[in-house]
Amino acid sequence: MTNRDELTGIPHKILEEAYRAGVSGEKERAGTFFHIDQATIYSKVNDIFKGKIELMDIKAALQKYSWLKDYMWKAIPRDQDEFTRKVSENFSGGYFMRIMPKAEITFPLQACLMIMQQNLEQRVHNIIIAEQESKANIITSCLQHSTVENATHLGISEIYIKRGAYLNFTMVHQWKEETNVRPRSATVLDDKGTFVSNYICLKPVRNLQMYPVAYCNGEYSKVSFNNILYGHKNSLLDVGSKAILNGNGSRAEMISRAITREGSKIIVRGLIDGNGHDCKGHLECKGLIIDDESFIQSIPELVARKKGVEITHEAAVGKISEKEIEYLMTRRLSRDQAISLIIRGFMDVRIMGLPESLSAELSRTVEFSAGA
Amino acid sequence: MAIEVTMSLLKVDNLKVKIENRIILDGISFEIKNGESHILFGPNGSGKTTLISAIIGLPLYEVLSGKIFFMGTDITAKSIEERSKMGIAVGFQNPPEITGIKLADLLKLCLGKDQNEDFSEEEKNLIEAFKLTDFLNRDINVGFSGGERKRSEILQLIFLKPKLLILDEPDSGVDVESLKLIANQIQHYVENSGSSALIITHQGEILTYIKAKYGCVLLDGKIHCFSDPKHIYDDIKKKGYEGCIKCEEKTLERW
Repeated sequence: MTNRDELTGIPHKILEEAYRAGVSGEKERAGTFFHIDQATIYSKVNDIFKGKIELMDIKAALQKYSWLKDYMWKAIPRDQDEFTRKVSENFSGGYFMRIMPKAEITFPLQACLMIMQQNLEQRVHNIIIAEQESKANIITSCLQHSTVENATHLGISEIYIKRGAYLNFTMVHQWKEETNVRPRSATVLDDKGTFVSNYICLKPVRNLQMYPVAYCNGEYSKVSFNNILYGHKNSLLDVGSKAILNGNGSRAEMISRAITREGSKIIVRGLIDGNGHDCKGHLECKGLIIDDESFIQSIPELVARKKGVEITHEAAVGKISEKEIEYLMTRRLSRDQAISLIIRGFMDVRIMGLPESLSAELSRTVEFSAGA
Repeated sequence: MAIEVTMSLLKVDNLKVKIENRIILDGISFEIKNGESHILFGPNGSGKTTLISAIIGLPLYEVLSGKIFFMGTDITAKSIEERSKMGIAVGFQNPPEITGIKLADLLKLCLGKDQNEDFSEEEKNLIEAFKLTDFLNRDINVGFSGGERKRSEILQLIFLKPKLLILDEPDSGVDVESLKLIANQIQHYVENSGSSALIITHQGEILTYIKAKYGCVLLDGKIHCFSDPKHIYDDIKKKGYEGCIKCEEKTLERW
């Protein structure tokens, strides 16, 4: 994480916290986007990738491209729930990202959505278009500044994966104990498109509910959902992943790791709906409960509607294993060190299929948050 | 050195141990001195694993009476961590699978290295000698075969540089080649470090590689015979455990 100072226009007190939520210096990113409270304050594409990607505020993009309205509220219905209705009535901005056809973006793109105003209800709408045969990694950090106690975040994200495109989309959330969070995301995949969605929530949150969906409409399209959830200090996390496999031969894979302690509740949902011939899906949930005050529930749903559909799941939820703790203690660790090592190992970002440097960065983010 | 060799490393004195309301060991006493390797025989369910679990301090195994001394210190009430830091290390028969903790992480822990530190050339060579280089980035024991688990356990022990190695059936479920490798490495470590070993086994083959002076038989919660381990093993093969323990004449004077 060198060259941090380039994001010069942005105050230090903002950057410092953003860096801890996965944001990095501009030179290591293909593009950088900052939206704070209700305004986009920064949006820039790295010179190396000019012409290969577009990155701007969604409102500016809607003015620039009349065709963009065909992507607005197409993957998510405006009237899906009270939160989508609120954002459709009024929103402050969000990002528009477009990866141009056949462009391979070797550096991650980054977006940071931050809340700095007490009691704000932040409403954003994001659209990502991965054009045909493009390849990119995006990391989005949504967070609340440490000085803000109370807030709400409503985020709409519509993602379009065109034929043969690959998009790895990682979202890191860092909220606070009194914050309500309602992201609403949907992705539409064309033939042979691949979408990897990684979600990491490590800080306490009052109430988080999300159930992102991927419509694998194209033949042989593929979606992976990976979640790392750490519920502590009375957090409530209700996090699902939904894959509608409409295209023949399409695939879905879901891996969730959930840790709950200190009176927190985590519900991990997963739905794979095999609606095309020869669809395959696998859903895996592992949950670790650290104390008797917490709660974890895994709700897998598998649906098969066509011949050749094959969908499986495995789930294991339970208390942290004494045998594992004792084993590590025979290797000279204290009990607390053993527990924290097991937790850190459990929240292993290697499940997310990220480029090595990003994986290492996120490992540090996890260690920092889990240790805090 | 001569003085050290005669010093007591582990002393178990009249130990009574229960697990879940069942008394498994009743009045066990024995001693391991510096630089000695001991072999512990006994049929399944005789309490061998209970004995070593009590020695390393697993809380499930409750010591009702008696004491365990390590280097003259009473460790009966000490935690697993304290005992391991004093120099007791155990290789488990069935070590747990732990998601997300890599073999490399664990080996570095044993070496007292920081997770970001690299292995030295010497350490890399030993990892390679144990045929574990390809397993460094795998989650510990997840999908490991019996032999791979044993090799990983023994390598961890050697990296811990303990004063006392305790091994629970290092030879079970292991192919001939792995057995030779494991046993030679144990013998090499013990010889070069002057440390002691307590090895549970059902098989005599490990005795080809490990030069153990003493063997004993654990049966019905009691220790019955102390003798040359090869003699004991031959007797067990001929007469079975029951027949073996009746043979008092072989009991060494020391016991």
